[in-house]
Amino acid sequence: MAELRTEELTINMGPQHPSTHGVLRLVLTLNGEIVTDVKPVLGYLHRCFEKHAEAMTYPQVIPYTDRMDYLNSMNNELAYVLAAEKLLGIEVPERVEYIRVIMCELQRIASHLVAIGTFGNDAGAFTPFLYCFADREKVLELFEIVCGARLLYNYIWIGGLSHDITPEFVKKTKEFIKYFRPRITQVNNLLSFNKIFIERTANIGILPPDVAINAGCSGPTLRGSGVKYDLRKDDPYSIYHKFDFDVCVGEGRYGVAGDCWNRYFVRALEMEQSLRIIEQAIDNIPEGDIASAVPKRVKPVAGESYVRTESPKGELSYYIISDGSLNPYRVKARSPSFCNLSVINQISRGYMIADVVMILGSFDIVLGCIDR
Amino acid sequence: MEITEIYEKLKKVFETGLGEIKTDIPTEPFFFADADKIDVICMFLRDEESLQFDNLSCLSGVDYDKDNLAVVYHLISYVHNHRLVLKTLAPKSNPVVKTVTDVWAAANWHEREAYDLIGINFEGHPDLRRILLPEDWEGHPLRKDYKVPEFYRGMKVPY
Repeated sequence: MAELRTEELTINMGPQHPSTHGVLRLVLTLNGEIVTDVKPVLGYLHRCFEKHAEAMTYPQVIPYTDRMDYLNSMNNELAYVLAAEKLLGIEVPERVEYIRVIMCELQRIASHLVAIGTFGNDAGAFTPFLYCFADREKVLELFEIVCGARLLYNYIWIGGLSHDITPEFVKKTKEFIKYFRPRITQVNNLLSFNKIFIERTANIGILPPDVAINAGCSGPTLRGSGVKYDLRKDDPYSIYHKFDFDVCVGEGRYGVAGDCWNRYFVRALEMEQSLRIIEQAIDNIPEGDIASAVPKRVKPVAGESYVRTESPKGELSYYIISDGSLNPYRVKARSPSFCNLSVINQISRGYMIADVVMILGSFDIVLGCIDR
Repeated sequence: MEITEIYEKLKKVFETGLGEIKTDIPTEPFFFADADKIDVICMFLRDEESLQFDNLSCLSGVDYDKDNLAVVYHLISYVHNHRLVLKTLAPKSNPVVKTVTDVWAAANWHEREAYDLIGINFEGHPDLRRILLPEDWEGHPLRKDYKVPEFYRGMKVPY
């Protein structure tokens, strides 16, 4: 018998690969089919957001934040706007806060639906993908009613909003809540509790909680490991302290806490909580003028602000330094996907090459957010 | 714990290495630490029982003023739910800061980003390469005096 070649093999996964969810390149070192090293190579989608932001006025930056994590524009806008408002010392009307929370929670549902659908698709389940995208379309229709855009809204402004909501939006949103609840169960039955899917994802890519915290993981990636930490509860911003909702964590119902299945299932649970928040908010929106706090000229005092928010992907923060002029001196976006992805090498080693696809999918990364 | 208490606590342990504290500013207070002591100070902040800053929320490189670059650390304690802003300055002529990757794994990519875009060298970093820009890119774009090169590998850059 001819002698077997036993040296390690280095292969490229990506940048053009459907399971990398964008243009990400993973340099894999393999021992047979076992992964011994993963080196992510980033930057294919770098659009110089931070450099551009320094050349623009504060409101002009908002459309750029939309394009960072393009599945999750409302939360991006909110994080940036909150940081800018903190610098300016603006108090926004309560009506605006309520509408912002409703929008962000609707966006969270839309973002989680993409995460769940594409994760199932990565595992070879194509049907749930279509179900999820059909439901996501309904959320996007709601946004379209309010501001005319499906994906990139420029809706949340410093001090206010671009458009007020209409009675039609309220009616449609209530209809959506009623419609969507059973759909969550349906997706769970189709995918989450599917034996084949569980075999494929449980006990794969286990991320221990202490490693997760040390590496800066956040959002469902952190909570999947069983850490009960949600910025909406633990460092409340906007008016999240007014709402009653549960923080969902991975409990190891299948597999162990911290594996791909538990990270995934946190998202399925969170959609229900988002519905609860929207239900509480939609009936109690106070009257008011959404434009009353919008400043004519945004010129904050010299200083800096750092605001952390809970985006669907994790902790999204903006660090803005102002030198007292019309343009920000420095804008730094701390993106959740960037920090979450950085543990991939540590938790992929020793698993099969096909498992890397699941581990990557379970982070729910968006490259626009990582490369900025 | 408030920042002034934390600062006093550190003062007792570290005779040198701590800079001034700024609390009389309109936004969040912070204090300075020396670039060659930042790793031991951070290690103390993480391990001390009453502080336990177990999470590095963000690490940002900043073109601070005419002569200095800065690294800004936003620290969070999940245990005590308090936060801290820490800054360290490095002269533009020789911007070297000790790495904190041994303290928080999260610092690894953030420091690579600060190296890439601002040009701060992190001493002791295990893998200090560019992360967002191509490996052969010249210069550090987030510096205020950065000039966009005319060509990159024969391609015209400004459009």
